[in-house]
Amino acid sequence: MLAFSGGGDELAFAAGFPGGALAVGLDPLSAVFLLPVAVLTAACGVYSLAYFPAADHPREAPRLRVSFGLSSAGLIVVLLARHSLVFLAGWEVMAIAAFFAVTAEDRDREVREAGFLYLVSTRASALCLLALFALHSAATGSFGLTPIGVGVVAPGIQSALFVLALVGFGLKAGLVPLHVWLPPAHAAAPTHVSALLSGVLIKSGIYGIVRVVSLLPDARPWWGEALLVAGVVSAVLGVAYALAQHDVKRLLAYHSVENIGIIAIGLGVALICRSTGRLDTAALALGGALLHVVNHALFKGLLFLGAGAVIQRTGTRSLDALGGIAAAMPATAIFFLVGAVAIVGLPPLNGFVSELLIYSGLLRVVASGAGEVWLLAALSAPALALVGGLALACFAKVVGSVFLGAPRHRSVSRGKDAPAAMLAPMAALACLCAAIGVVPFAFAPALAAASAVALRAPLASLDAPFAAISIVSLAALALCAAVGLALRARLARAPLEAAGTWDCGYAEPSARMQYSASSFAEPLVRVFSFALLPSVYSPRLTPIFPGPAAFHSEVVDAALDRILMPVVRAFADFARRLRVLQQGSVHAYLLYVWLALIALLAVTGATE
Amino acid sequence: MTLVDFAAALVIPLLFPPLMLGVITRTKARIAGRRGPPLLQPYYDLARLLRKGVVRSRTTSWVFLAGPVVGMVTALLAASLVPIGARGALVSFPGDLVAFAYLLGLGRFFTIAAALDTGSAFEGMGASREAAFSCLAEPAAFFALIVLVKLSGSYSLGSMLGPDLAELWARGAPSLGLATVSLFIVLLAENSRIPFDDPTTHLELTMIHEVMVLDHSGPPFALILYGAAVKLFAYGLLLVRIATPFHVDAAALGIGVALAELLVLAIVVGVVESVMARLQLLRVPSLLVGASLLGAFGVMLLVG
Repeated sequence: MLAFSGGGDELAFAAGFPGGALAVGLDPLSAVFLLPVAVLTAACGVYSLAYFPAADHPREAPRLRVSFGLSSAGLIVVLLARHSLVFLAGWEVMAIAAFFAVTAEDRDREVREAGFLYLVSTRASALCLLALFALHSAATGSFGLTPIGVGVVAPGIQSALFVLALVGFGLKAGLVPLHVWLPPAHAAAPTHVSALLSGVLIKSGIYGIVRVVSLLPDARPWWGEALLVAGVVSAVLGVAYALAQHDVKRLLAYHSVENIGIIAIGLGVALICRSTGRLDTAALALGGALLHVVNHALFKGLLFLGAGAVIQRTGTRSLDALGGIAAAMPATAIFFLVGAVAIVGLPPLNGFVSELLIYSGLLRVVASGAGEVWLLAALSAPALALVGGLALACFAKVVGSVFLGAPRHRSVSRGKDAPAAMLAPMAALACLCAAIGVVPFAFAPALAAASAVALRAPLASLDAPFAAISIVSLAALALCAAVGLALRARLARAPLEAAGTWDCGYAEPSARMQYSASSFAEPLVRVFSFALLPSVYSPRLTPIFPGPAAFHSEVVDAALDRILMPVVRAFADFARRLRVLQQGSVHAYLLYVWLALIALLAVTGATE
Repeated sequence: MTLVDFAAALVIPLLFPPLMLGVITRTKARIAGRRGPPLLQPYYDLARLLRKGVVRSRTTSWVFLAGPVVGMVTALLAASLVPIGARGALVSFPGDLVAFAYLLGLGRFFTIAAALDTGSAFEGMGASREAAFSCLAEPAAFFALIVLVKLSGSYSLGSMLGPDLAELWARGAPSLGLATVSLFIVLLAENSRIPFDDPTTHLELTMIHEVMVLDHSGPPFALILYGAAVKLFAYGLLLVRIATPFHVDAAALGIGVALAELLVLAIVVGVVESVMARLQLLRVPSLLVGASLLGAFGVMLLVG
């Protein structure tokens, strides 16, 4: 409570370590990130009791529980660390424990491959962070993560620190094209782990970027511009890829890429405004980004838990095999619908509030018209609108093909809803989504305090229309309830007739004739085919009475095969050439040592 | 805001919109050489539908009824954010243009969900097209509004479209002209008019909006028709205000002028529908991307 209201506390204990006392601390910025960790860890923990009971998984469950708890604990250490060694230790615990949580069901080949990809990228991220903190402590002479004074570190070094943070933390957060590990890992992990991974673990990357930038005194405008562009690319490509997925968990994972992009847009605007001295606008955009961090944890957690309930019930993750589940699982359907409306950013839920703040930041930069940077903002706002429209199409597809219509799957036609241990966490998350959407002003002071820390400036409050948002949300809810009740009363009196769905005169419609999720997304996938490169396998029907044929289409992520693998391969080739130097002969190594010594002497002699 | 303004802002969005549909139908009939139904026919239709019984598909759930309700409520709320003439809107705050777009988005989400709830292949097809086309129309609308944001230096509809609009035209006429054209295309697309969709077509395979509501009947269908009229009204209000930036000082006269302009817009839409054929569905995305590009050019022209 103290931290939310702008206070803070620090705790240091002297250990026999190089680099001074190991310090942990809590300030408003850490508090904003800690809140969703606490909520989501608890929700997923309760959920796992019914979703992944130890009785059914005697081999995996103990390991999964330990690694689940450890990764959450590591994340908390990361958020509280005020010393780079503490930060790195927490980071490693989180990353490695999350690997074991992701690969809980490692009898599956797909799971092992996803786990390996995750491990590689988290190692790459850790390497960047090692370089980042080494450079930081070399430049400041301390391991402490405290704000650097003006004039202590050269601007070039600060830019290098920013770039290292962007790459290292961007890998964890899943900014395009560094997101490749994210969809397979989320698809492979048990669903409550996916929820935690997507809801809070990848936010450690966002926290890292915000924290490192808050330490640096002189933000350059291009930092913000780079972050803004990375955010727009991630948001648009993330949601476009999501639209093309057939697997519900992969789809949700790509939406995490999209939402990380939206958060990065907010951070980018905030950085641009901070570097040009417009702190009010910076606080607005940053407040939006931070609120989106919290919001995304809530609604993405909710969506994963809802999807998990469906997966447990039907045993499939394929959208095209599901349908009509709302009849069998009405409560799950309502909670999932709440999550879907929230993630699309629609009023009256929480996603709308944070997206409105980020839009406000963008539009203010446009309205102020200063410099040339307004043009970047003017192009980003419509991109954000496009992302909103695509997300709407995507979640209409998910809700429609999983929960609505007629069942395409035999196992869903009857039975009970998910058990209470799974429904209760979903209900809690849905209520929080609604609370932030309807009374956003209650959360404003915490956001303002956190923004003040990140912007290194005193800030009283956010200049945002929270009251108006509240009025619009409440009006929407009240009017919908009133009209709905009136319609219900009217229908109670009307002659109500039940019939089959009108299929334009076709005699025997079947559930398999429904519009499938892939067909629903097809027009938009076609529009974005330049980026998605869909592979379509369509049969050729030549004779007059063609035999049975199958149509199949899929979109494979191009970033791994076309961008990252060539880089890795080039590096591997380079390393292979270096192998000539390493022949295992002691004489040659002595020669290298001698040459290195000469070189060092030459260098030190030249500099003195 | 005076009492007259307040009453007008409350009552006009409730009562006026179906008249625009009547004018469009009458215009099309006249151009085709027919007399056409009475101007007030949409009101009669609504009254008739409200009295009728309902046929519901056995596949559907509560979402099927939520679609019409949310669609109508969100259209009304969106309309209440747009100022009538240069007078203030019922609700105005910085960023309300985003709320305008997202409220209509909420309505669209539930309309699509209601269509998918029937499990019909045809309605799924319509829903898919609606989702795709309005998603491409969204950036076009934002580009047009951003031209106004840049020129007016504010981002609430009330001050963007306020009394100073004429002065903004003097400073950025080319950009505002492009924005107006782009917004007109968005209006046609979002309200399912020709060349995007033909509201009077009889072939389900070629429909967009009409096919999404095939299974609705009686009072819920009345809500859908009414909601569609309010949505046309909301977009129309935005468009005519940008296109005709005059400032009329007297409250009642200003509102009267705005409503007259809306009727002229309805005639224009009717003429467009009479003289154009609908586009091939595969070509629709190109037209919408074209509208976005027009808006983007409008923004570019403001550089410097």
